[in-house]
Amino acid sequence: MTVTTAVAKTVDARGLSCPLPIVKTALAMRELASGDLVEVLATDPGSTKDFAAWSKTTGHTLVESSVDGKVFRYLLRKK
Amino acid sequence: MDQTLSLVMFSGTDDKLNAAAVLTAGAAAIGRPVHLFLQYWALDAFRADRIADDHGLAPEAGAEGLHATTALRAAGQAPWHETMRQAKELGGVEIQACTLSMDLLHITEADLDPLVDGVEGVTAFWLAAGDGQVVFI
Repeated sequence: MTVTTAVAKTVDARGLSCPLPIVKTALAMRELASGDLVEVLATDPGSTKDFAAWSKTTGHTLVESSVDGKVFRYLLRKK
Repeated sequence: MDQTLSLVMFSGTDDKLNAAAVLTAGAAAIGRPVHLFLQYWALDAFRADRIADDHGLAPEAGAEGLHATTALRAAGQAPWHETMRQAKELGGVEIQACTLSMDLLHITEADLDPLVDGVEGVTAFWLAAGDGQVVFI
């Protein structure tokens, strides 16, 4: 099921190479409050492992990780 | 464990500058402090009037490497100094120029891009590195 409600911010990292999707998301997180949802769109195939590892390290929750064609979508909840 | 990652940037070709920028941005994204020490040709690439230049590739890149990196740039891949700027924006990234290399290349602080925070000697570098990991590129 795709969660679409209450996304506080979308980070469009399509076309960006490693590690810029993570860098952009980390910067975006700063403007948000704890519990806010962030949607990230990326085309970097390495981003799946990166977001899984990054969320574990930083404590943000990776709510959803999916792929539609060549576009990866991640939904994260800020710690 | 000391979380600080110390990176000695020696090489001044775009591929190695980019590798260093990617490692720096990745470490900064997980909150690890990064300390960069610029020597020789990497330092030269941080001159304000040369930072955006084409710095070529390492000899091992060959024609195939040139083709691959040209394609990446055409696809909109950020240049290394832009990745480095974003890494600094995340915080915890400090860039210091090696005083010996400054003398060798006749570079003054005023010649360097604002990405560079200051100058230091090798002793200060090692003391700052502490027990953390050191990478040489």
